[in-house]
Amino acid sequence: MGTRGRRGVHKKASGVKQARPRRAAANRADTQWPLWEVFVQERTGAPHEHAGSVHAPDAELALQNARDTYARRGPVTSLWVVESRHISATTPEDSPSFLDPGPDKIYRHPRFYRGAKE
Amino acid sequence: MSAGLAEYMLRLGDDRLVLGHRLSEWCGHAPIVEEDIALANVALDCIGQASAWLGLAGELEGSGRDADALAFFRGPTEFRSCLLVEQPNGDFACTIARQVLFDAAGANVLDQLSRSREARVAGIAQKAAVEVRYHVRHAREWWLRLGDGTPESHARMQRAIDELWPYTAELWTPDELDASLAPIGVGANLELTKLHFERELAELFARTGLHAAESPLAISGGRRGKHGEHLDHLLSEMQSVARAHPGARW
Repeated sequence: MGTRGRRGVHKKASGVKQARPRRAAANRADTQWPLWEVFVQERTGAPHEHAGSVHAPDAELALQNARDTYARRGPVTSLWVVESRHISATTPEDSPSFLDPGPDKIYRHPRFYRGAKE
Repeated sequence: MSAGLAEYMLRLGDDRLVLGHRLSEWCGHAPIVEEDIALANVALDCIGQASAWLGLAGELEGSGRDADALAFFRGPTEFRSCLLVEQPNGDFACTIARQVLFDAAGANVLDQLSRSREARVAGIAQKAAVEVRYHVRHAREWWLRLGDGTPESHARMQRAIDELWPYTAELWTPDELDASLAPIGVGANLELTKLHFERELAELFARTGLHAAESPLAISGGRRGKHGEHLDHLLSEMQSVARAHPGARW
């Protein structure tokens, strides 16, 4: 499981398995499968929420691994998996400029549209 | 019929208890942590099903033995499991082959028992059949990938099939007990199970270029308590805690 997956495992499946050193650590390079991000929907109509990640050789087995890791306790109505490399993400360096909410630019925040009586 | 039915429940329970214990031996040793969890989940399902079947066996037997007493305080000659399930895990291919072969018959038996005229049997079977659908999906997908993977994985699958094939006939060969319970709609008709098994395997062989062992050898005896040495070792480990601390509670 990826680093982000560990937290999910502890939270949702700690009774089954604790994170432990990988036996195949020595030849990890030849045996490591792609990482998949797992999204879990807990009731019909609810959003699929990121639960963690699993390693798997293909989509079908990623779904099976996701089911075993994240969907065995508690109700789950649907699972999505997507290979992690298909997710584009910002980098920490992006944060200051790219993700700056601009609290000093008050015209970005629609607080001037409050009802008059408030 | 009660004694016969109790015996029949022991077969169903012992198959799953022994298989579940074998699968649990992978815990901490599977190729990757995700598979470790998957095998442990299947193991837990099997042991849960065993507990239900053995509980009913004890009830029908009427001598006060519960599921724990049956699981932990019987010797190997009293076990009624088929010989396939006591075969060692071997490599991962061997574990997958054993699972596919067992479920190819076992899933059909459960489907039939879901409609049993004995309501308690039908109740347990309906619940178990749902779990087994996932076991089948898991093991079949691995069979297809290993069988159709690298020359190494293909060779290991074929070796596993060659080794385990002689134990498959016992899964669908009826004896007197099967012959007495099937016609009255209580037990499974193993002729249908055999057809299901053959259809499943024909498809899995066709998709992977694997094939049945060429030897016509068929080894059986588990239903009569005639087991190999493997079961002795398995039971001495599985039963050691319960026997060292009889009646202990968490």
